[in-house]
Order: sequence, then structure tokens, then C-alpha cells
Amino acid sequence: MNDAIAISAAIPGTAVDRPPGPWTRICRVDEIPRLGSRVVKPRGKPAIAVFRTADDQVFALHDHCPHKGGPLSQGIVHGRQVTCPLHGWNLGLDDGQAAAPDVGRCATFAVKVDDGAVWLAL
Amino acid sequence: MNAPIPSSAATSVSTASSAPASPVAGAAAKPRLVMVGNGMAGCRTLEELLKIAPDHYDITVFGAEPHPNYNRILLSPVLAGEMKLDEIVLNDLAWYADNGIALHVNKKVVRIDRAKRLVIAEDGTVAPYDRLLLATGSTPFILPVPGNELDGVIAYRDIADTDAMIEAAKTRRHAVVIGGGLLGLEAANGLKLRGMDVTVVHLGPWLLERQLDEVAGHMLQQSLEERGLKFLIPAQTEALIADESGTRVRAIRFKDGLEIPADLVVMAVGIRPNTALAESAGIHCNRGIVVSDTLQTFDPRIYAVGECVSHRGIAYGLVAPLFEQAKVCANHLAHYGIGRYQGSVTSTKLKVTGIDLFSAGDFMGGEGTEEIVLHDPAGGVYKKLVLKDNKLVGGVMYGDTADGPWYFQLLKDGRDVHEQRDRLIFGQSLAGDAGHQGQNSAAAMADDAEVCGCNGITKGTIVKAIKEKGLFTLDEVRKCTKASGSCGSCTGLVEQIIASTIGGAYTPAASDKKPICHCTDHGHEAVRRAIREQHLTSGAAVRHFLEWKTPDGCEKCRPALNYYLISTWPHEAEDDPQSRFINERAHANIQKDGTYSVVPRMWGGLTTPAELRAIADAAEKYDVPTLKVTGGQRIDLLGVKKGDLPKMWADFAAAGMVSGHAYGKSIRTVKTCVGSEHCRFGTQKSMDMGVKLERMLFGMWSPHKVKLAVSGCPRNCAEAGIKDVGVIGVDSGYELYVAGNGGIKTEVAEFLVKVKSDEEVKEYAGAFLQLYREEGFYLERTVHYVRRVGLDYVKRRVVEDGEGRRQLYARLIDALKDLPDPWLERVQGAERYEFSTIEV
Ligand code: SRM
Ligand SMILES: Cc1cc2nc3c(=O)[nH]c(=O)nc-3n(C[C@H](O)[C@H](O)[C@H](O)COP(=O)(O)OP(=O)(O)OC[C@H]3O[C@@H](n4cnc5c(N)ncnc54)[C@H](O)[C@@H]3O)c2cc1C
Ligand code: SF4
Ligand code: FES
Repeated sequence: MNDAIAISAAIPGTAVDRPPGPWTRICRVDEIPRLGSRVVKPRGKPAIAVFRTADDQVFALHDHCPHKGGPLSQGIVHGRQVTCPLHGWNLGLDDGQAAAPDVGRCATFAVKVDDGAVWLAL
Repeated sequence: MNAPIPSSAATSVSTASSAPASPVAGAAAKPRLVMVGNGMAGCRTLEELLKIAPDHYDITVFGAEPHPNYNRILLSPVLAGEMKLDEIVLNDLAWYADNGIALHVNKKVVRIDRAKRLVIAEDGTVAPYDRLLLATGSTPFILPVPGNELDGVIAYRDIADTDAMIEAAKTRRHAVVIGGGLLGLEAANGLKLRGMDVTVVHLGPWLLERQLDEVAGHMLQQSLEERGLKFLIPAQTEALIADESGTRVRAIRFKDGLEIPADLVVMAVGIRPNTALAESAGIHCNRGIVVSDTLQTFDPRIYAVGECVSHRGIAYGLVAPLFEQAKVCANHLAHYGIGRYQGSVTSTKLKVTGIDLFSAGDFMGGEGTEEIVLHDPAGGVYKKLVLKDNKLVGGVMYGDTADGPWYFQLLKDGRDVHEQRDRLIFGQSLAGDAGHQGQNSAAAMADDAEVCGCNGITKGTIVKAIKEKGLFTLDEVRKCTKASGSCGSCTGLVEQIIASTIGGAYTPAASDKKPICHCTDHGHEAVRRAIREQHLTSGAAVRHFLEWKTPDGCEKCRPALNYYLISTWPHEAEDDPQSRFINERAHANIQKDGTYSVVPRMWGGLTTPAELRAIADAAEKYDVPTLKVTGGQRIDLLGVKKGDLPKMWADFAAAGMVSGHAYGKSIRTVKTCVGSEHCRFGTQKSMDMGVKLERMLFGMWSPHKVKLAVSGCPRNCAEAGIKDVGVIGVDSGYELYVAGNGGIKTEVAEFLVKVKSDEEVKEYAGAFLQLYREEGFYLERTVHYVRRVGLDYVKRRVVEDGEGRRQLYARLIDALKDLPDPWLERVQGAERYEFSTIEV
């Protein structure tokens, strides 16, 4: 991972549900497998899935599929999407939107990568 | 006429009279592509082109009709009053604008200047081109009889004709349709439904003589007569007679002197490729604009697609082949340079609601062919299949067309059907092929009937999507509605619905050519071959070599590629955990609540007090809510938290137990019965044989899951008859059965061979499974693999060719050599991140 700061979820035109709050350090980028994810459990709050794409962009979604609550962290990541492991909905990593023909949306969280460390706005 | 289609009348939406304004401001000049003919084949080519090379050209389109591209096929339902004109638009004006296409509607191109590379329209509009695409369609043939120019004499080709018929039906009474082909019958049916008195006049020996044989033709005529249509067959038109004003048609007279009243005459006697423009420009034509396999005319800058084209001497008049042409043509326009159009086999369906008729391929038979016929005149059913060299080459179906798409698929796949021959005529369900797919006749189903049980999709939803969104393929329907996208068992039914909604426009791709997913145009076979021949050992290398359209594939192709890699190059190719479905990545089955189930292996269904104790202890220690005996003779611990998995596995490893692979496209179970060790009937030691097989196959990945069973005698208590490999002990040895399946559709395994020793059971079973591993498509169970290649082929490779069998077996043993227990690997820390969460 290069050192450039990528505030992935803050790409123009994408929705971030929570205002960038207190940044919390999660792990190093290389502790998330490429095209994989890690599950973050903030105390007292629902789990968050943090994904890493092939080009080392990092995104965070609520770990709860809008269809029937499947754990998105367990899905296959491809391009800018993750496929839910339970019934195969495809959700946009950047905007949480379900791909057609499914309709629904999953909450997103702001993440940034700074000097190889992943920070999540909780 | 003014059809209620957005751009009706003469309002041309052209932007400029010379080159179109570039859609991207400031972009360097792009090559200019001009298309003449704004119809189904041309627009499809543009769509395909924009998909793969969105910015390659500045595109200008000329269309002689005052409309954007619409679905010509659906003019028949419009005429029959089943649809409205505004429902059949395929590309609305916004589509052209969004894609930066300069559209000139209502402008017929009258000249091509090939030297200056210009096209010139009727009104003087000039457009220069670097590449020209001719897609001018056909013109209806008008009989050269006196009176053919009178008012009230029309063809049936476009919106204007359809409007004219709808108008005429309001005030006139007598309609005569000349021509008993598909088009003529659809016109006649529509006019009848609009209240006219309709007579169909046909010169041929029976109706639809190009699609039906004589028997089916007569049955069709009878049921149309029951609906009130009249027929004059054979009858030759001599003249059309004018009324007292001298301008409008009043009657029609035949060669034999008969004269009947006619105040609307529809000529549907055939079409001619519309080559006038091309011919005037000196482009070589011979009953169509002559094109090569890359859809190029004799002028290499000029391409042509659609009904105007003659390819290897054939001009097609149905959209399915034209869409295949479109795809290849787009590919060459985009400079990809791969893909050749090699001609098509077509099928037809008459789009008259309530009449089921289907024909495909060479249905007349002849030299070297055989026929299987089922004829039930009282029940109104007629089916004829034409076989050549044990392959289906054609068929006609009347009254019951439910199996049409299935036969058509068999025909396109060129599958050897001789084993199914005695049942073939009874259709898919009785011939013993695939799921609960085709028992319902799609056309007869109610709109609210559920088609796709997994996603709760009704027939009405599918039909609506097909019509409103202009869908033509299974893939498009899946993408749009999800129907048949999950377990796939309703695929056949969905295909039938597509076929009955859009008629002959639907053609299934041959199975081995179907693209794996939308990331590529390559099918499974081509991908397997590339991996083998190019020695590719990673998913990235495959995607690069085969020019995948997406950088890292998708959830459908990645697992398939991963399997092809590790099965082709065992111990060498990279096994990518991120290309595996979660169950195979976490080595346990994900549950609906996100917990997992754990199934330790019980070799051959045998266990010990110590193993049972280890399971009981683990269940208590990790608060396992449910313990269940599975259908595979072992115990399932359901509801385990993911974080506990490695700990539980460590406990099992300590008790000498390993993964049961209950989660994988892999060896699952080998069921056994007690056999001669205990049973009074047993002839062979089935438990022992089962354990040997299961140990041999431990860790084997396969295209889909693999289950075996060994029974000690033909009473077959281990249910070997529905397994991928079933072994049945007999006094003199073992009988081996293959390609059974107990799942979505129960399939009885077929006898492969009889052998004597345990060692032979391992060799033959192993060789069969290795053949499947090397040639099966991902997610194809053994039954579907064997059906695709034929049992004869399998016997040749596994039974007759002894040396080949030993090599297959050796390759299997080599691939399975030193495979670790995946659970133990995780216990030892492999992919540790997979099982730990980050607490903050
Ligand atoms: C646990 C078990 C049911 C039980 O409680 O008995 C089971 C459970 C599942 N089966 Fe099964 N099958 C089980 C025996 C069977 C059998 C019977 C057998 O093996 O003798 C069959 C029919 C035999 C066959 O496969 O030919 C069977 C045919 C299926 C099918 C249909 C396969 C087909 O090709 O038609 C599926 C769907 C699939 O694999 O795509 C399936 C899929 C599933 C899945 C894995 C669904 C999924 O993908 O998540 C279920 C996991 C449940 C879970 O949450 O853990 N299961 N399943 C059985 C485990 C056996 C074992 O010890 O490994
Ligand atoms: C009533 C009806 C029902 C049908 N039903 C079926 C069916 O069930 N299944 C099936 O597969 N097929 C069916 N067809 C056939 C199918 O519609 C055609 O095969 C298909 O539309 C041909 O596509 P094309 O692009 O080659 O020609 P077209 O769709 O005819 O497009 C050609 C266009 O080019 C325009 N054009 C011609 N010359 C010029 C010029 N010089 N300048 C500008 N524009 C020009 C024409 O006006 C026309 O709009 C049916 C056809 C009709 C008429
Ligand atoms: S039949 Fe198999 S797949 Fe269906 S619910 Fe039961 S266990 Fe699950
Ligand atoms: S829960 Fe995610 S697709 Fe059903």
C-alpha cells in the first residue's frame, strides 16, 4: 500500500451515513486480505465489515445485508461490490446500494488509510 | 398515421447536417461510424459495440421510419390488441442522446459515395464515414398482379402498416391475407380479433410449408378454422379489383375465376433483402449484401448485418441469428478482431395466443435421417423428431410445445440421444432430463403462477419484463428479474416463457459455448482449454490472457476459475481463498443467522465411542444448540460461532478427526451398509470398501459435490442407485454405477462396469471421477456432465481404454497426494484473520 491518503468512502457522489466521527484505528491495511474483509465489533454497536479491494481501496459497510441480514463480511469481493453469502445480492462497497434487480441499501461508514493504517469513523 | 411513439411524424432529431457534434467536448477526432437502417439488427450492433468500446466512434444513424428503434416482432401482439405501440420501443430517443448518437429519423439514405466516403439522404443531408454499417432490413414482396397499387392493399412490415390495418378494421369488413406463412397468419389472427371477416389465401400445398410438415400444417389450419378464419388453399391470385372510385380495392379474383370481396388486402408472400442502396453503390450483392464471417462486405470499410445480408448464401429472417451477427460485427468494429459468425440454426414459433406450434432445424427429414412421430389427432397433439447419426437435427411440434426449447437445446448441443431414444418423443420429464423444469406448458400457465420458487417470481412478472424492457435472452431475464438465477431448476420453464413471448427470436446458446458470466464471452470449455494449453496457474493470468472485461472477475467466475486452476495444475496453481465461497473459505457451512455448522468426517459412516465422546464434549463446550444426524451418515453440529471454529477443530484433531468437507464442491460422503461383515445377505465387505474409497478421495475438489455409496448386495441399503458413484456388491465382485443424483431432480445412476476386486473398484471409480474433474464444468454434477458427453464416451475412456484409465487414476492419486486436513491447517494458523474479529 502506498502512503497516499485515500478517504475511500468519501469519494464524491457517494453516501456516507455517519458524519466522519472520532477516527478509530482498526488495523493495518495488510491485515485485511486483498479482495477480503475483516469484521470490526465496536462496543455496544452492530458489527461493521471493512473491505479491501484489489487496488487497495478500503470501504466499510454495516455487516448486515438489507435483504435478510446476511453477514456481508463473509461475501466475495469483486470490483467495487460484495456478494452477500446467503442469497447472492450484490452491494456497492462505496454507496451500499443493492445492484438491480434487487432494491435496498446498506449503511456505509467513512474509512481512511493513513501511512498503512486503516481508520474508521465510528 | 402518427403512432403514439415519442418521435412520431417528421420531426427529425438530427443535430447537424454534416458530421455530428462530438459528444465529448474537446475530444480528439474519433473515427466516424455511420449506420443506415435504424432497425433491430443495426441497433443491436450499436448496443454491443457501446458495451465493449463506448468511446470508440462518433456515431450517426439514419432511419427511414419516423421512429426510434422498436421491436418489430411485437407488431403482431399490437395488431392482436394485446399490446400498445408505445410498449414496443426498444431504444427511446434518450438512449441515442445518452450515447452521443446523432439520430436522423424519417430520412432515407439514397446514395453512398464510396470514393469520398459519404452517405447522402433523400433530403440532402450528408454524413461522412470512416466505417459504414448497412442494416437496411428487408422489403416485403408485392405480387406483380393488376391492382396491386390500389388503396387498401398493404404489406405487413412496420408501424405504418400495422396502423393501417388497425384503422381499416374499424370501418371495413372483408380482409384477405395473401400468404399462409408466419407473418400472414399473425396478420390474419390480429384482423380477426379486431372483428374483420378474414380469408387467408395460400399458394403452397399447406400452411407454413416452410416450417411445418403436412400433418402439422393441416392440424394448424383446422384449429384456425375453429377460430373463424377462412382458407383458400391452394389458390393463385390473378387480380385485385377496384371499387367504383377506381382507387380502392373491392375484391380479389383468382386464376380459377373465383372472386371474393376484399376491402383490405394484406400481402405477406415473402420478403426480399433490401439491397437497393448497396447495389446502387456497386457493393457486391447476391440475394442479399454478401458478407464474410466478420460481417464485412466486399468494401472492407463497409459492414452489413440483418435481413439485408447474405451470409454463406443464406439470408436470415428471424432476429436470433441477426443478433448473433450483431455481436460479431460489433466485435470487429471495436477492433477486437475475435469472433466469427458461422451461420445459425433457427427455430420458429407462431405468435398466435392459444396456438402452440414450434419447429426447428431440418424437420422434413430425408436421405440418411430417421423420424420419430407421435400423432394424437383427437388430443390435438403432433410431434415429429428427425434424427441423423443419433443426433437430433430437426423437429416439429404442434399442440404441445412445452419441450420445444429442450429439443432445440439438444439439437444445438449436438448431443448424442440414442440412449434416450425410446423416451425422447415424450419430452424432457419422461426422457429423464433435468429438474422440475418443463412440466407446465409455459403458454398455458396463469400469469400469477410461480415460476421461480427460490425468488418468488411469477410468470406475469417475467412476461412483463420481457415486453417492457425488450429482453431476448435467458441472461437478460435473469439479470432483470432474478428468475432462475438461484438454484436454476426452473431454467427450462423460463426459457419456454421467453420463447412463447418473443417467438423465434429466442435461441439458447449451445451449452458449451455459454459465457461463464458477464465478465467474459468465453464459455467453460474455452477457459479450461486455455488454462491447460497455456499453462496458466493463477486467476489473474487467466483473466489477463482471455481478456476478461472486469479486473477481478465476479462471484460467479472467480470460484470457477479457481477450481479449474487447482484441478488442472494440482500442487502448482495458486488456490485463492478469496475466490472461494465462504463455506469453502471457512471450511464450515454458513447458516441463515451467520453462525456455522460443523460436520466431522465419519469414514464410511462408521464411528467409535471416542469420536462420539469428542463430539459430545465439543457440543457442550461450545454451546452448540443443535446436534443432528445427517442424511450422509454422520453428525452435524449446527449453530457454531465463527470465532469458535478453530478451537473446536483443535479438539477434534486431538481426537483424530478431520474435516467432513460437508461445505465443499468436493468429496462429501461415502455411505455404506453393514455388508457381509454382519448382514445375513451381504456378499461383499461394503463398510470396508466404503472406508477405502473415502480415504482415497479425502480432500478431493470437484466441479460440484461428489457422493458415493457402497452396498453389500443388490438390496442396496446404502442407496447406491442415486449416487455420483454407486458400488453394489454381488457374489462375483462389484457392479459400478455412475451419474446418479438424489437432489433437485432424482436421477438413477447408470451401469458402468462390473469388476472383481477392491483394487479395481478404486481404479475405475477413481478414473471416472478424475475424468469428471478434468472435463466437468463448474457446478455441473456428474449426472449433467455424463449427459453432456454421453455415457458411451465415458465407457470408452474409463472401461475400454485400459491404459487411459490407469493414467486417469494415476493423475487423481497424484492430485490427492499429501493433501492436508484443512481444519488442521486453520488450527495451525493458516488464514487466521478469517476467524478473528477486531474489537474496538
Ligand atoms: C446437513 C444435510 C441435511 C441433513 O441434515 O441431513 C444437508 C444440508 C444442506 N444441503 Fe444437502 N444436505 C445433506 C444431504 C443431502 C443429500 C442426501 C445425501 O447426501 O445422501 C442430498 C441428495 C443427494 C445428492 O446430493 O445427490 C442433498 C442435496 C442437496 C442439494 C441438491 C444437489 C443437486 O445436485 O441436486 C443442495 C444444493 C446444492 O448443492 O447446490 C444441497 C445443499 C445443502 C446445503 C449445503 C445448503 C447450502 O448451500 O447452504 C445445506 C446446508 C445446511 C446447513 O446449514 O448446514 N443439498 N443433500 C445433509 C448433509 C449430509 C452430509 O453428511 O454431508
Ligand atoms: C409482424 C412481424 C412479426 C415478426 N415476428 C418475428 C418473430 O416472432 N420472431 C423473429 O425472430 N422475427 C420476427 N420478425 C422478423 C424480425 O422483425 C426481423 O427479422 C428483424 O426486424 C430484422 O431486423 P433488421 O434490422 O435486419 O431489419 P429491420 O428491423 O426491418 O430494420 C431495417 C430498418 O432500416 C430502414 N431502412 C431501410 N433502408 C433504409 C435507407 N436507405 N435509409 C434509412 N433507413 C433505411 C427500414 O425503414 C427499417 O426501419 C417479424 C417481423 C414482422 C414484420
Ligand atoms: S433441503 Fe437441504 S438445502 Fe433445503 S432446507 Fe433442507 S437442508 Fe437446506
Ligand atoms: S441476506 Fe443477503 S442476499 Fe439474502
